[in-house]
Amino acid sequence: MTGPATIFDRPNRYIGQPTPRADAARLLAGRGRFVDDIQLPRMVHAAFHRSPHAHARIVSVDVTAARAASGVLGVWTGAEMAALVTPYVGVLTHMAGLRSAPQHPLAVDVARWQGEPLVMIVARSRAEAEDAAELVEVDYEELPPACDATTALAKDAAVIHADFGSNLAWERKVDVGDIDAAFAQPGVQIVEREFRFGRHTGVTLESRGTVCEFDPSEGCLTMHYSGQAPHMMQVILSRLMSLPEENVRVISNDVGGSFGIKIHTYGDELAAAVAARALGRPVKFVADRMESFLTDIHARDHVVKARMGVTASGTIVGIDMHDLTGIGPFSMYPRTSAIECNQVLNLTGAPYTMQHYRAHGQVVFQNKNLMCQYRAVGHPIAMAVADGLLEDAARVIGMDPVELRRRNLMADDSYPRSSTAGMKLDDLSHQAALKKLCEIMDYDGLRAEQARLREQGIFRGIGFVSMVEVTNPSPMFYGIGGAPIASQDGATVRLDAGGALHVSSSITEQGQGTNGILAQIAAGVFGVDIDRVKVTTGDTGTVPYGGGTWASRGAGIGGEAMLLAAQALKEQVLDVAAVMLQSEPGLLDIRGGAVVDAATGAERMGLADLARTVYYRGNELPSDLKPELIATRHYRVTDFPFVFTNGAMAAHVEVDPETGFVKVLHFWAVEDCGRVINPMLVDEQVRGGVVQGIGGALYEECLYSDDGQLLNATMADYMVPMAAEMPEITVAHIETPTKTSFLGAKGAGEAGTGGAPAAILNAVNDALQPMGATIWQMPMTPERILKVLGKV
Amino acid sequence: MKTKDISVIVNGEEVRASVPVRRNLVDFLRTDAGLTGSHVGCEHGVCGACTVEVNGATVRGCLMLAVQADGATVTTVEGFAASGRSAALAAAFTRRNALQCGFCTPGMLASALGYIDRGGTADRAAIREHISGNYCRCTGYQSIVEAICDVIEERTAP
Ligand code: FES
Ligand code: FES
Repeated sequence: MTGPATIFDRPNRYIGQPTPRADAARLLAGRGRFVDDIQLPRMVHAAFHRSPHAHARIVSVDVTAARAASGVLGVWTGAEMAALVTPYVGVLTHMAGLRSAPQHPLAVDVARWQGEPLVMIVARSRAEAEDAAELVEVDYEELPPACDATTALAKDAAVIHADFGSNLAWERKVDVGDIDAAFAQPGVQIVEREFRFGRHTGVTLESRGTVCEFDPSEGCLTMHYSGQAPHMMQVILSRLMSLPEENVRVISNDVGGSFGIKIHTYGDELAAAVAARALGRPVKFVADRMESFLTDIHARDHVVKARMGVTASGTIVGIDMHDLTGIGPFSMYPRTSAIECNQVLNLTGAPYTMQHYRAHGQVVFQNKNLMCQYRAVGHPIAMAVADGLLEDAARVIGMDPVELRRRNLMADDSYPRSSTAGMKLDDLSHQAALKKLCEIMDYDGLRAEQARLREQGIFRGIGFVSMVEVTNPSPMFYGIGGAPIASQDGATVRLDAGGALHVSSSITEQGQGTNGILAQIAAGVFGVDIDRVKVTTGDTGTVPYGGGTWASRGAGIGGEAMLLAAQALKEQVLDVAAVMLQSEPGLLDIRGGAVVDAATGAERMGLADLARTVYYRGNELPSDLKPELIATRHYRVTDFPFVFTNGAMAAHVEVDPETGFVKVLHFWAVEDCGRVINPMLVDEQVRGGVVQGIGGALYEECLYSDDGQLLNATMADYMVPMAAEMPEITVAHIETPTKTSFLGAKGAGEAGTGGAPAAILNAVNDALQPMGATIWQMPMTPERILKVLGKV
Repeated sequence: MKTKDISVIVNGEEVRASVPVRRNLVDFLRTDAGLTGSHVGCEHGVCGACTVEVNGATVRGCLMLAVQADGATVTTVEGFAASGRSAALAAAFTRRNALQCGFCTPGMLASALGYIDRGGTADRAAIREHISGNYCRCTGYQSIVEAICDVIEERTAP
């Protein structure tokens, strides 16, 4: 009766409702609690001298003038900092062969990218710290840089870590079936393209930052952290600063966007923690926008050469590809910078039933900022390669791209099964999603309009993607490789004396609505009004132990833990109520904040009555009844390494052949993220993700000069999508709950970013087709479009 | 460090401070006035996170020096909330989930109020154009545009 199976049709359920988030009120009133809002007594400020060169030997560092400057309280050189912090290396044992060199918070002997921090100044104000940073004198001996990933492995390339003998960080090969034989079969046509994916970055509107406090009397460090994984950060600080783990507390309140940017180990943040310990007073470091562009991890940076074989009747026989990924001078700690390439190899072609697949990935060091996991890790590359080739093949064999997909997408009743690359798949709905997509966009109508407009010299294009998204990672993602990253999450639900719930969870909030869905789940499953649920997340001092919010795992893993905890508390409360009411637990239920008669709904006892009796007047209870009114449950994904979602998306664009400008007219996304906990929040996640995907496809690029200088490190020069140029985005759902949990939720945070670039690429190429041109480089800037049109 | 004494009416209350002459208005509001609702996203006039109202005009707090605001009347997101001026927008933003991380939100509200109070119409393209000086990295903008439309339509409804 009260088992989890019935939780979705309870009278006071919230799961599935577009319930607004409670956090919105605070943020709308200007009462957010972001890191830079923190003002502590005696707080001081850090600024950094950073390398102006992409590759240079540090001959000497003179900080005399800086130390003497007004307001300065401390100065640390790279060598001084290295003595206080254990070096860290971004490798994982399950990424066989991955190598990286030890990193220090501040560069010691050699600077390896422009922007790498060298010297930290701590002063009474940020302005004084910056003034002093300008007085630091460093004698650099410039070294030849290896910036271009495509030449990083050349014989004559400068080797960034001499011990390694080359700039190769990692490589992996996948070989399934016999691609050469399959491509040589009569009737198989091959399309072949070279794709280029520029570097872009997260541009979280709130830049990275931290406030660190150290209490020498207790030996305790508190880091106020704008990030996604407090428990991971706790272990890292403990290990690198040789502090007992329990003496490190990491707190994240409001986080102004993260998207994977703020989940890594940054030398400047680490240095701020060291300074707080050394000075025994709070130290704030908030990156300015230029520092963000120079040092927040960058994303993508791939060159992919790929071929697809297809028969005249539209059977995709396989994909053969080589991916080269440039990751900067180190593999990022602790998640490593090889996961992006690994994902590309795992995911390319994953929606399709092809028999043959060969992929070779190479990850190389270069003298640019570090590249690492950003929203939809590897997905936009994998999807653009497979679906870009698919639509190219459709043009070659003269078949509609939707029809070619239909013939090759896995059947919705064919699961569980594996992808060609060996990923375990279940509960997917590619065919249904594509069908629904074509309906909501009126595909036939759009094609007719396109043909009509072409006669008038207007070049519109329609492009698709069928995609998978990796969500809810199991321990196979990081834990297995030795990273201090929890793959399970916990939730605690406590009934307070007033009849309200206090819940806490180890997943974190960066704007997705984490706190909102936790409240929805707890309120609905337990049986109180959502206004009576208070949520705590983001504090290692108070929440259960867990991984945080990344890889679209919050709802699926943290949500399931909350469901289990709320259900457990409910059972406990009903046991107590049954004794107090001389009834049976099975005859009772909790609805609207009261224990009710399950059959009639008649109120038997308010929750406040019950709780007050338990907490204040335990003498009224039988002595063998020992109620706790608190429950904690943890959850991890077992049996599957990840839970996949799927989606189908389409873009409608217009290309101006005179200016090369691409206007996105509309975008549609059909998402199957399993059970939808809050359709409004999911739709907005999808929309925000699509817009970031459009950014990567059309505008965003970290442009480097040949000698490794970032040329556009301001918001004015780096193009982020703005309201005027963004389309309306229609979102629809198919709901195929995952069988790995009661809740059945899969993640939804990254699909838009993973899929949109492929759909935009295909739409642009569809528009360009009558002009005999194609483009395979992102971002597809006006200049690059004009180039493929032969106009510049 | 050169400083100057200034007096600014912030959200209806006089704030007096001796500020370094190089301090910009948004830093003054955040540090001297203790009003951290106005945010700093770029410090070079592009992102709009610092948008506030100065003497009735919509202004980027990072492009104005605090000393230039001496004697001025400044309203920040906290002031809009306290006076109820942003109440309808706040309700619409909540209903539409027109904020995720909320970092852009104070500036977005200030820009939206500027648009609405000057008689802007519920024309989606015009609203998109108007808020194109305010970056939002989370929402994709559609919900923000819809929320602003909602408020204008409620106001003009017969
Ligand atoms: S902080 Fe003023 S516009 Fe960005
Ligand atoms: S809600 Fe995050 S930047 Fe707008």
